[in-house]
Amino acid sequence: MILTENSIKEIKEKAAKYPRKKSAILPAITVAYHQLGYIDDEIYREISKVIEVPYVEIAEAATFYTMFPKKPRGKYLLQVCNNISCALMGSDSMIEYLENKLDIKKGETTKDNLFTLITVECLGSCSTAPMIQVNHDYEENLNAEKLDKLLDDLKAKA
Amino acid sequence: MFYSPVITNASEAATNEKMHLFKYIEDPDQYKISTYESRDGYKIWEKVIKEWKPEQVIDEVKKSGLRGRGGAGFPTGLKWGFVPKDSPKPRYLCCNADESEPGTCKDRVLMERDPHGVIEGMAIGAYAIGCHLMFIYIRGEFGHCIDRMEAAVKEAYANGHLGKNIYGTGYDLEMIVHTGGGAYICGEETALLNSIEGERGQSRMRPPFPAIEGLYASPTIVNNVESLSAVPHIIKNGSEWYASMGTEKSKGTKLFSLSGHVKRPGNYEVEMGFNLKDMIYDPAFGGGMLGDKKLKGVIPGGASTPFLKPDMIDVKLDYESLTTVGSMLGSGAIIVFNEDTCIVWVIKKLIHFFRHESCGKCTPCREGTGWLENIINRIEAGQGQPGDIEKIEDICGNIMGRTICPLGDAAVMPIQSAILHWRDEWEYHIEHKKCMVKSKFDFK
Repeated sequence: MILTENSIKEIKEKAAKYPRKKSAILPAITVAYHQLGYIDDEIYREISKVIEVPYVEIAEAATFYTMFPKKPRGKYLLQVCNNISCALMGSDSMIEYLENKLDIKKGETTKDNLFTLITVECLGSCSTAPMIQVNHDYEENLNAEKLDKLLDDLKAKA
Repeated sequence: MFYSPVITNASEAATNEKMHLFKYIEDPDQYKISTYESRDGYKIWEKVIKEWKPEQVIDEVKKSGLRGRGGAGFPTGLKWGFVPKDSPKPRYLCCNADESEPGTCKDRVLMERDPHGVIEGMAIGAYAIGCHLMFIYIRGEFGHCIDRMEAAVKEAYANGHLGKNIYGTGYDLEMIVHTGGGAYICGEETALLNSIEGERGQSRMRPPFPAIEGLYASPTIVNNVESLSAVPHIIKNGSEWYASMGTEKSKGTKLFSLSGHVKRPGNYEVEMGFNLKDMIYDPAFGGGMLGDKKLKGVIPGGASTPFLKPDMIDVKLDYESLTTVGSMLGSGAIIVFNEDTCIVWVIKKLIHFFRHESCGKCTPCREGTGWLENIINRIEAGQGQPGDIEKIEDICGNIMGRTICPLGDAAVMPIQSAILHWRDEWEYHIEHKKCMVKSKFDFK
C-alpha cells in the first residue's frame, strides 16, 4: 500500500459519517492527495479497497476535479490566481516576474524540484489581490518585495 | 490572528447597530467557542430547539424577507417551506460554502473568523426543515476555512450544541464538513449535491427541485453561508427588525466584496439599498479610484453579472435596483476597473474562466464557451476579423437560456454587456489589430 496507515484510518473515519459509501470518494481522494501531492490509478485502486467503491467510480469522480493532479509536483506548488480581480492588480506581471526569477514557464517545475508554478482560477482572495496559494497557505496583498522574501523563506525551509 | 488580511468595516459596528454579520469580525478570538458563547452564542439555537416549532422558524424567516445571498436571491423562508411535511425520507441541509464566483471573498471571512455563527445558523435552518444530518460544502482550496470549520464543529459537539439529544430535547443533529476539489460548478446547488454523492460535479435537470428530491433523492435545502449566518440574528431580534432594514423587496444587510482599482478594496457590510457610487468613493469604503484614475466600468455582482458604465453607478445595491440598470446583485462582488483597462482583455479573462469551469454536460455551454474563448483570444492578440463581433453575439444568443444550469447564461451576460457598452472598442481592436488602451498592470 502507498497510502499510510494514518491516511487509511482518516479515510475510514470520514467514510463512516456518510449515509452512503460513494460519498466517501471525494474525502478519500482529498486525504490521499494531502499525503502524496498527486493521485494516480494505483491510488484509485487502493482507495477503492478502503471505501469499498468500484475503482471506475473513483476515477470517474477524481478526474473531474482540478485539484488532484496525476503526477507529483514540486515541493512548493505556487498557484497564482490570474482571474479578473487579481489580473487588475497585476497578476500577469507577477507571473512574468516569477517565471524570470525561477527560470521556468508556468506549468513547469524547477530543476531542484522545489517550485512548480501554475495559474489557477479565482481563489476568493479578491480584495487582497494579487495573491498566490503556496500548498495550503494563502499569501495575499503581494508585491515584489514580499514575493522575494516569500521565495527566500521557502527555500530556507526546504 | 487572522488568516485573511482583508479590510472590513467592522469598526463601524460600535456606532451602527444594524451591523450584525460583521459585528465581531475584527475580534481575533471570535472563532473560539468560549468567545462565541460569552456573547450569547448558541443561545438562540437552544431557545429555538426548546421553545419553537419548526413552522414558527420558517414563518419568522419568511417574514424577515431574507433572500439567498449566494447570487440568486430566492427567499430563504419560502425555500424552506417547499420541503414536504409528510415525506418519510430523511431531510438534508447543505450550506453552500463553495465560494468561487470571481470577485467574491465574503463567505471565506465569515468561516475563518466566525465559524460558530455559521454553524448556529445551519442548526436553526436544519431544525426548521426537520433535518438530522447537515453538510457544509467548502471549496477545497480554502484550507484555512476548512481547518477552522472542522475545529469549530468539534467544539460545538463537545459543548453539546450538536450531536445526539441536544440540550436534552431528544433532537439529534449531526454535521459533516465536506470539501470540494476545485470546481466552480459545485457552487451550483444540484452539482454540489452530485459532488457530495461522489459523482462528477455536474448539474441536474430540474424538476425535481432539491427541496423535493435532492441529496440521496431526499428533500434537501441548499443555502449560502451568508444567508444562514443571518438566521440567528433574525430569530434573536425578530423578523420586523430585519425587515426594517433595506429596501421594499431587498431586506436586511448584505456583505459586499470590493476589488480591483479602488484605494480600499475590502469586505463591507451595509444595508441593502446602499449606493454603489458611495461604495466606490466614500472614504469609509472604497475610498475612490486607485491613483485617482478615471473609472471605466464596474462589475456589480461577480463575474457573471453585466457591466455598468460610470454614468450608471449612481444606483442602489439591491436585487431590484440593479436589474433596472440591466445588471444583477449576484453575490455582491463589486469589481472596479479604471480607464487603463482594455475591455477585450477583461472579457478574455472572464471567458477563460467560464470555459475552464464549464462542467461539459450541456453542449451549448461546453462548446460555446470554447468557441467564444478562441475568437476573443484571437481578437485580443490582434488577429480579429471582420464579422467576429457578430459571431460572438450569435454564439452568446445560442448559449443563453439553453443550458441546464445558469453557468451558460453567466458566461455570456458579461460579454453581451461588454459589446453593448464598448462596441467601439471591440471594433477598434479588430480594425487596428491592437488594444485601444493597453491593460498593463504592474504588481510591484
